[in-house]
Formats: sequence, C-alpha cells, structure tokens
Amino acid sequence: MSTTIAPVEPTAQKPSKPTKLPRQPKYLEKKPKKNFTDWLILVVVIGGAALVAIPFLIIVINSFKSPSDYANGGPLSFPTALYFDGVIDFWNRVNFPEKLWNSFFISGMVAILAVIISVFNAFAIGIGRVRGRVWVLVLFMVANTLPQEAMLYPLYFMFKAVGLYDNVWSVIIIFTVVQSAFGTYLLASVFGTFPKEVIEAASLDGASRWTILWRVIVPISRPTLSVLLIFFFIWTWNEFLIPLTFLVSNANQTVPVAITALQGDRLMDVTTTSASALLGLIPTLIFFLIFQRTLTRGITAGATK
Amino acid sequence: MATLLTTGVKPGRKRPEMSLLPGVGKSGFWLYLIPGLALFTVIILVPLIWNIYLSFTSYRGIRPPEFIGLDNWTRLMGDERFWTSFANSAAMIVAMVVIPTALGLLIAAILFDLVAKKFGGKLASFLRATYYLPQILPVAIAAIVIGWILRPENGALNTVLEAVGLGSLARNWLGSPDTALLSIMVVLIWVQIGYPVVIFMAALSRVDPELYEAAELDGANWFQRFSAITISIIRPEMYVVVLTGTIAALKVFGPIYALTRGGPGDSTIVPSYYAYSEFFQSQQVGYGATIATALTIVVVALTIVFILAQNRSERLENER
Repeated sequence: MSTTIAPVEPTAQKPSKPTKLPRQPKYLEKKPKKNFTDWLILVVVIGGAALVAIPFLIIVINSFKSPSDYANGGPLSFPTALYFDGVIDFWNRVNFPEKLWNSFFISGMVAILAVIISVFNAFAIGIGRVRGRVWVLVLFMVANTLPQEAMLYPLYFMFKAVGLYDNVWSVIIIFTVVQSAFGTYLLASVFGTFPKEVIEAASLDGASRWTILWRVIVPISRPTLSVLLIFFFIWTWNEFLIPLTFLVSNANQTVPVAITALQGDRLMDVTTTSASALLGLIPTLIFFLIFQRTLTRGITAGATK
Repeated sequence: MATLLTTGVKPGRKRPEMSLLPGVGKSGFWLYLIPGLALFTVIILVPLIWNIYLSFTSYRGIRPPEFIGLDNWTRLMGDERFWTSFANSAAMIVAMVVIPTALGLLIAAILFDLVAKKFGGKLASFLRATYYLPQILPVAIAAIVIGWILRPENGALNTVLEAVGLGSLARNWLGSPDTALLSIMVVLIWVQIGYPVVIFMAALSRVDPELYEAAELDGANWFQRFSAITISIIRPEMYVVVLTGTIAALKVFGPIYALTRGGPGDSTIVPSYYAYSEFFQSQQVGYGATIATALTIVVVALTIVFILAQNRSERLENER
C-alpha cells in the first residue's frame, strides 16, 4: 500500500512476520482449564473477526443475484438462483482481461526491475561500504515517507514532455524507483551482515565483483529477494494515485483504476456494482492464498540466518 | 519498515570501514550506485524540488510559471478549506492509528495469551488471518466494498437497521455531511485493523514466558503483567505501527476519490485530494503545489520527530 513515497503505504508495510505461538509448559499440555470468562472473550474476538469478514461475504452473495432478486430479497438473503450476468456484464464492459494484463505487466516489471536496482544499490552500500553510504540510506529512507503528491505534477509534466504520458512505462519507471528506495534500505542491512568468509573465498578464487554479486551473493540471498519481489508486486498492484493520473485511456488502466472509474455510472445496477467490487477483490485474494506460505518461509529463512 | 527503523543508521555503533571484499579499494563500488541514484534523481529529487519551486509561482499549466513569492503560502494560511482538510486528516489518524492500535493490541494479546494457549494455535492463526484480510486489498476497492454496503437505497446497512426496528437510523451515509466522514473512517478502520494485530502478535512471541511466570508468582494480575511487561517489550513495534499508520493517514487518497470526492461540501476533503483537484481539475498548479509541499513538510517533520523519540527511548532503555 501505499508505500513509501509509496511503499510506506499502510497497507503496504505489513510484511507479515511469522508468529511463533507459545508452546505450553509441559504440565499444561493436556487441556488447560477454560472458565466462563475465557469462553466469553473467545466469543468476542470471533465476533470481531466475523465483523471484518462480513463485507466480503455480502459482496460475494450479492454479485450472483439478479437486480430483481436483490429488490425482492434484499442484500442479506442468498440468491434464489445463481445469476452470472452481473459479473459477465462487468467483465465485458471493462474488458477485464485487458485490465488484468495491464496490472500484471506493470506490477511484474516493477517487481523485477526494482529488485535488480535494489541489489545493485545494496551491493555498493552493504558489501562495498562506499563512502557516504549513510547519507545515501538517509536519502532513500526520507524518500520512503514522501507523499506522492509532492512529485506528482512535475512527473506529469516530464512524462508528457518525453511522450510517455498515458503509457504503462511511465508507471513502471516511477514505481521501480519508489519500491527500490525501500528495497535498498532493507537489502543494505541484510548484505551488511553477509558472511565475510564466503566472499573472501570467492575473491581468492579470482572471481570479479560482478561474478561474486551474481554467483555468490544473489543466490545466497534468494529467500530475501523473493520476498521483496512479492511485496513489490502486490504493493504496485494496489497503487492508485499514480496509475489514476498517468493512465487516462481505458486500454491502459489497471484493475483498481478501471473499477473505480465505473462507480456511479448510470449503467451500473446494484448487483453489477457488487460484481465490480468482487472482481477487484479476487486477484488480491488469490495472491494472498498463493504467497502466504512463501512469505512466511522467506522471512523465516531470513531470520534464522 | 520494522527493519527500516531498527536496523537503520545507528549513531555510535562502530561499523567496519573496509569493504567486505578484501584486497580491493571501494571506489569501484560506486559504479553500482549509478543506475539507482540516477533514477532516484530524475524521478524523486528533481520533481520534489521543482514542486517546491512551483509553490512560489502562479501556474495554470499552459503558460510558463510566473514567480509570485509567498502569495500562495499566505493564501494557504488563510484558506479555510485547507484547514478543514487537515482537520479531516486528524480524523484519518484516529481511524488508522488510534483505534487500530488500541484494538489491535487488545486483540493480539487475547489471541496470543488466551486463544492460542487454551483453544489452540490453529484457531488463533485463523482469526489473525481473518483480521488481516482487508489489508491486502487495493484501498480504493476496499472503499467500494464498504461504500456498497452503505448505499442509500436498499443498502445492506440500512436494510439491517430497518429489519431490527431501527429504521429511523437509516440514512444516506456517504451523502450527508454529518456521516460521510464517519463512513470513510469505518473504511479505514476495517482496512487497517489487521496490521497491528499481525505485528503485535509477532512481537509478543519475543516476550519471555518466564518473566510472566515470575510476575504471576509475585501476585501480579493479567492486566498488571500486560502493562508492565508486554507493553515495554513491544514498544519498538508500537513506534513502527504508529509512525507508518500516521504517515499513511496523512496520505489517504483512494477512498476519498472512490467514494465522496471530498464532499458533500468539504466534509471529507483531505490534503492529498485537495492538491490533486487543484492540479488537475481547477488547473491551479501553483496552489496545488503549495498544498502538496505543506503536506510533505508535515510528513517529513513527523517522521523525524518519531525517529528521534524512538532513538531516545531506546537509549533510555539501554541505560536502565
């Protein structure tokens, strides 16, 4: 989310750390006593979680209702018959595959390019310990917190001048820089603790810096790099302000921008609107399901190093 | 961000001056910084300075900017709309920092201390994932989801209210000035609540159970243990959550754009939306740049204050 200039978006910053849940002391290992208060508190936290989950469920059941079904049964009943026209209608109206591809292409390119730039920067700072590295890091860190509005108009002007306005590459270039500011910060500290013996050994074997970077450092840091790659991808997918400003024509829009643009359109009936929200939810839910384990594994691997 | 704040530049710690590669000078490493720094200069540094310059000009996007000194800034100080937008930012901070941090602390403690121990770790993990779910959405989509529930005609919330006999409370939530801001806040609470839950649960696993047992033997009740031990141990995470949340709250844009466009009236206007509308709707680029610069100053100042406060509390902790 939002992160930094962008990457510090709230939504963005939550590398979910794996939590080790406490192991019970031996004498408690069999069924600890639960009293009435325990059950009561449990009901309250489950109720809270239900409250968080309910909006998702409401969107799901209403996306498969016909407008008349909705008018008769209201928003809380289950559909009397499964109705796919809302989803199909919206899918076609926004040309959803095209928007998916735009989002996928932008986020994928940003993730790859930003990781490469981060690796170069972190190699110079963490391994090379170049002079002035503290200032470079401070610079990147401040950049992480800047609001995007502070660069928005000049960027708009510049990309118009070079003919990349309304071109996905404008967004790719901007987010590559934004995400790599965060990545540099993170990787520089990871590389800074890199086992010295490994690099020395490679160096004694006559490997050049370039070879050491690609043959030694990158392969060994792969878990951290793949976590960064996934974060960059999801953060970029979720971005809104910059894609909204730079991708004005329909054919270039990303999923969140395209869906937001059609809200309030008079052709959108109530269940089609619900279906539009559903189509916005699904990709990120899929990422969550696919990457949940990778993320946990990646961070654990980094932590045990 | 956790790493960002804690493993960052720590004053006073000695770091090796030599590169990790033996036998070579470090001058060659500068080459690897060139692409990153060049891009950074073009995409961030130059636009940032350019934007600050624009805040001293009258510029409508067509003819070249005309230098007008401090006019935009004096106008800004007297601009009621601008102050409303910052007051609304305070509401965003309540919704993204105050409420989620307080609730998140409570939920994390319950999940970790009670649910995981007495009802099983699987249930605790499942509930944590549920609370976290809205965090993964693009925030504009999250806003559309809640906005759909708050629809005025036949909306889910209004229907429920009528069903339970509270029909008089039903209203046009996003369309009336007294509830629109509240509705936006609900979106943000929903989005943000999972973030502190996940971070705090990870932090709680650092707490040494023996400390707890010792305190328990000394007769401390759960609340005393929680406030004396837990809070002080997870303080670094609290700084991170509060700092990142506050910065995010000051930058809120997506939900406003998707749901209210700052309205009705100015009831939900925020600085970033105000700047955006000056840039691209009113074509008052100079004034928009002034708003954006003011927002930037606030964000950067807050970041510096937080980091200084964090370093200070770490130092105090170490001296103890």
